[in-house]
Amino acid sequence: MTNSSPQRLLTPKEIGSYAFLALILLVVLPMSMDVFRLNLVGKYLSYTFVAMSLVLCWGYGGILSLGQGIFFGLGGYCMAMFLKLEASSPENTAIQSTPGIPDFMDWNQLTALPWFWEPFNNLGLTLLAVVLVPGLFAFVIALAMFKRRVGGVYFAIITQAVAAILTILIVGSQGMTGGINGITDLRTLLGWDIRTDDAKFILYFVCVFFLFASLLLCQFILKSKLGRLLVAVRDTEERVRFSGYNVDNFKIFVFTFAAMLSAIGGAMFTLQVGFMSPSFVGIVPSIEMVIFCAVGGRLSLFGAVYGVLLVNFAKTTLSEAMPEVWLFALGALFIAVVSIFPDGLAGLYKTYLEPTVDKIFGPLYKKFKQILPSRGSAVKSN
Amino acid sequence: MSDKDFVLAVEGLTVSFDGFKAVNDFSFYVEENEIRVIIGPNGAGKTTVLDLICGKTKSTEGSIKFCGKELTKMSEHGIVHAGVGRKFQNPSVYEDLTVFENLELSYPKGRNVFGALTFKRSQEVLDAIQETAEMVFLVEMLDKSAALLSHGQKQWLEIGMLLIQNPSLLMLDEPVAGMSVAERKKTAELLRKITKDRSVIVIEHDMNFVADIADRVTVMHQGKLLSEGSMNHVQNDPKVVEVYLGH
Repeated sequence: MTNSSPQRLLTPKEIGSYAFLALILLVVLPMSMDVFRLNLVGKYLSYTFVAMSLVLCWGYGGILSLGQGIFFGLGGYCMAMFLKLEASSPENTAIQSTPGIPDFMDWNQLTALPWFWEPFNNLGLTLLAVVLVPGLFAFVIALAMFKRRVGGVYFAIITQAVAAILTILIVGSQGMTGGINGITDLRTLLGWDIRTDDAKFILYFVCVFFLFASLLLCQFILKSKLGRLLVAVRDTEERVRFSGYNVDNFKIFVFTFAAMLSAIGGAMFTLQVGFMSPSFVGIVPSIEMVIFCAVGGRLSLFGAVYGVLLVNFAKTTLSEAMPEVWLFALGALFIAVVSIFPDGLAGLYKTYLEPTVDKIFGPLYKKFKQILPSRGSAVKSN
Repeated sequence: MSDKDFVLAVEGLTVSFDGFKAVNDFSFYVEENEIRVIIGPNGAGKTTVLDLICGKTKSTEGSIKFCGKELTKMSEHGIVHAGVGRKFQNPSVYEDLTVFENLELSYPKGRNVFGALTFKRSQEVLDAIQETAEMVFLVEMLDKSAALLSHGQKQWLEIGMLLIQNPSLLMLDEPVAGMSVAERKKTAELLRKITKDRSVIVIEHDMNFVADIADRVTVMHQGKLLSEGSMNHVQNDPKVVEVYLGH
């Protein structure tokens, strides 16, 4: 009787899932890898934010965004702008014709910092901008589209177009954005050198921390009534509308939230990789992220995380051995996901592995259940 | 008579799709606690009238007054909040959710984004769901996925989803279509129960069913009002016999 069982933010089984992921990310990988490899994993982990955002907005809400790179990129650029300004102190840039501005501006004959760079002198404002700039941008897109009842394929195409436009814009205004090369040669965060091994090691753990915080937040949303409403909208939008909900607002919310989440990933990417460029904004990375999410399972937050990690491990391994094969492999993987296992790795796990895992850990869950205090009385959990 | 005497007053309603008038200068009035059945041949504009009332389609001309409020200018969810519930022709329920969750989402609370995030299954909500499930014969199915329900059970679930909102005007588009004889009987019984304290508009083709439940019958033909009155009256109206009921 699920109706009478208590509703918890986390069931024992989910705690198990968190513990397993924590074991891998916090113990196994850091112990078994050198800093170079760990930093690579950290870079992959920054994509998991985008994959999780797609689980919410595409898997649950049915809103396919082929432009998550926009928000990943904007978040990354905001972070990069701060780091670049710090790296462009007048002492560091003394040889330029205008010292104190980023090098690429000097090369493009700019003599003063553009106005929109000014806020990025301040770390607090930068951190706000990391989530608010992409959030606001997503909000405007969503408002314009969903209030006009643009949805489905049309929405996906529009997000893709926006991704293309933004790339062109960034590449085209080289003096203000660094153009095709992006913003490179980032050095310190408030004087702390982010290029050292120690810094990379610490940033990896910061990234894992944000990953877990985001997982919990996403899970909270999906377990609330809003999560079930998203599924309902995906099923029969009309019925939700005529049950008294302003469906447009829910879509705007989930799309904006997804954008902000992606942006956090972008900022973590910049910090760990040390640069940001238009190649993470455009159509190709956006679609790659959708594939990551589909491979992991678009209905599973954990699936998305593992999907990103596995696909990227495969990418690195395969590209090192046979660089020309990777894109074909990715294409084949996508076809396999669509035609053979539509629920991704999470679906495969659920069908083949979960029954065995449950058998092993079942008694443990039961014990856990007795220890855990329950939230609310007669309510339902899944 | 003033508008206030009617729950619903539709006057001069016209909707034109690229010049084709699906509903043409149509007027009708529904009183409190009345069960009104709209009948008519295919393409007469019956479903379009419901679409216009609930805001799915915007009218070209005319007015729809519900308890004194003009509905033609309101948003879909605003119309629902005002107290109009509408069941679609094809049962539309949330198949990926359980029956319980279907009813829960229909419960009129936490309807904005923040409300939905903080919505709690209080005892009040649980009681309402239980009560509604009993009424629509689905207590045993509460934990089942709605996709597993039979066609008739989906129709009942959708009716239940409307009931839990307690609307003062309920619009049902072919509620017994595709049901077995036994299910029809149960549905007629259900409708009689739920129509006690509210006005109901039903679109139906099954004449026995219509005779069974209707207070008054409105006959539509080519977007216009053809005849209106008691079942007896319209059945003997030569115009109705001509276009719809047959000789």
